[in-house]
Amino acid sequence: MLSIDLEDDFLMLSGIQHIAFCERQWALIHIEQVWAENVRTVEGQHLHERTDDPFEDETRTTLRTVRAMPLISRKLGLRGIADVVEFHQEKELIEGKTCRLEGREGWWRPIPVEYKRGRPKKDDRDAVQLCAQAMALEEMMQVSIDTGFLFYAQTKHREKILLDETLRLHTVELASRMQQFFREGKTPKATKGKRCSQCSLVEECQPTWTLRHRPVKDYLARMCREEVDDSCDGF
Amino acid sequence: MRRLLNTLYVTLPDVYLACDGENVLIKVNDEIKFRVPVHNLEGIVCFGFAGASPRLMHLCCERGVAISFLSQYGKFMGRITGNVSGNVLLRRTQYRWSDDEIVTTRLSRRFIAAKIMNSRAVLHRVLRDHTEVVDNEALERALQLLARMPAKLEMAHHGDSIRGIEGEAAHLYFSNFNQLVLNQKEAFRMLGRNRRPPTDRVNALLSFLYTLLTHEVVAALESVGLDPQVGFLHRDRPGRPSLALDVMEELRPHFVDRLAVTLINRNQITAKGFVVKENGAVIMDDDTRKEVLTAWQKRKQEEITHPYLEEKIPLGLVPYVQAMLLARHMRGDLEDYPPFFWK
Repeated sequence: MLSIDLEDDFLMLSGIQHIAFCERQWALIHIEQVWAENVRTVEGQHLHERTDDPFEDETRTTLRTVRAMPLISRKLGLRGIADVVEFHQEKELIEGKTCRLEGREGWWRPIPVEYKRGRPKKDDRDAVQLCAQAMALEEMMQVSIDTGFLFYAQTKHREKILLDETLRLHTVELASRMQQFFREGKTPKATKGKRCSQCSLVEECQPTWTLRHRPVKDYLARMCREEVDDSCDGF
Repeated sequence: MRRLLNTLYVTLPDVYLACDGENVLIKVNDEIKFRVPVHNLEGIVCFGFAGASPRLMHLCCERGVAISFLSQYGKFMGRITGNVSGNVLLRRTQYRWSDDEIVTTRLSRRFIAAKIMNSRAVLHRVLRDHTEVVDNEALERALQLLARMPAKLEMAHHGDSIRGIEGEAAHLYFSNFNQLVLNQKEAFRMLGRNRRPPTDRVNALLSFLYTLLTHEVVAALESVGLDPQVGFLHRDRPGRPSLALDVMEELRPHFVDRLAVTLINRNQITAKGFVVKENGAVIMDDDTRKEVLTAWQKRKQEEITHPYLEEKIPLGLVPYVQAMLLARHMRGDLEDYPPFFWK
């Protein structure tokens, strides 16, 4: 995996959920810069309002909740913001799992929590985003993290996610796909998929234009022929 | 396909535009005359000295709704838009291509071939529908000559020869333009195409409508991330939206010329609605301008079948679709640019 030094070459961590859903969707947002307003509706910014307030951190005796924590992973080449990172106090040092917190007693175990507006998905697009956050945290705090949580607003339910090897491999693979597309500046063509019906960028993507491609040459020849079609649309 | 939203045209000089939450407010003397949710708008175009609040500008920038300011005669003054949209790699390709003679020639042929065939279709229509009252011989000759031009274009290998063919076609077309006018023939006689200033009513009407179309095309190009000022057929000139003028070529006959003729033939506008200045310059009065704007808005709602995509879309989306097709060609999704043809 590459190591990235230049600030600008880091890609948006939240994009990993887009590329997990559809490579073209990711490229439309992150390469073609399709109007962000549409994307925002996908992500459901409203839900993040409370979690995004970086000044609303709180500590109870054994739990410190940090909101909107900036993250960066050189290994993945991604940067972003974690909705919530919880630090759970442990009684003692657990090698490789706990860390110290500035100005606080004891040992703490970091656990990322990602908030989602909708309901749990069939695929792992939410899990890879959580996993990428965890991997960035691991890099930044020199710990390893086994679990994280996805919180779904619609079901008000916290789902525990095991950050196992399979998920990590998939996360690394998606991140390197992102880097490759971005380096080449290429947007993959549309492929046929059921997922198009749940994509909020379908109008900008126009997959049917690609799927039902008509050769421009034939079109021009047809349109420039001398006999003009006598269809009537009223003057 | 995305929905066609409304453009808000503000023609009263003493209007102030403000906002209230997500709504655009039209105020006259501090009294709210009209309110419209911002998400129903494509753009706002102000004629004359309408004012607008910074908060409204902020809202419009955030929502990708451009606010344009024009003089009361439709001369462009400026626009407020948010971030430059789209992909810098696309614009980079556009700039590279605009310096490449082979590519500029090919694209110029596309724009002009469609323009010629579309203006031919306008003449063809009047010959077919009003055979008994038009000069058949002149029109048939024009149709024949125009039909040969796309092939001639294919033989043209640089901008100047393409512009030459375009000039020839325009002359043929406009010399027959008076035949399209079936009512109010005397008041609306055109003496060739002239622009600065227009010296007859038809030219005044055409110029105003072309201004509206330029706006739509500039906005469409910007929305897909193309630079409206860097064209292929029209050379760079500071302040000139060359690419918009390129893409507009194919749209002029159907969008503007036919609408102008329809307005005259249906007596929706009359000679009285124009002022002739002492130096011969002709301008529209406010009521005529309003009439034209209303007709323009209505026209944009008309459904057509897009000839290349073979999809039904409102006419008002055509500039956006053409901008998208051009962008896709530049990004390598399409092997060539399919211009808009109207038959």
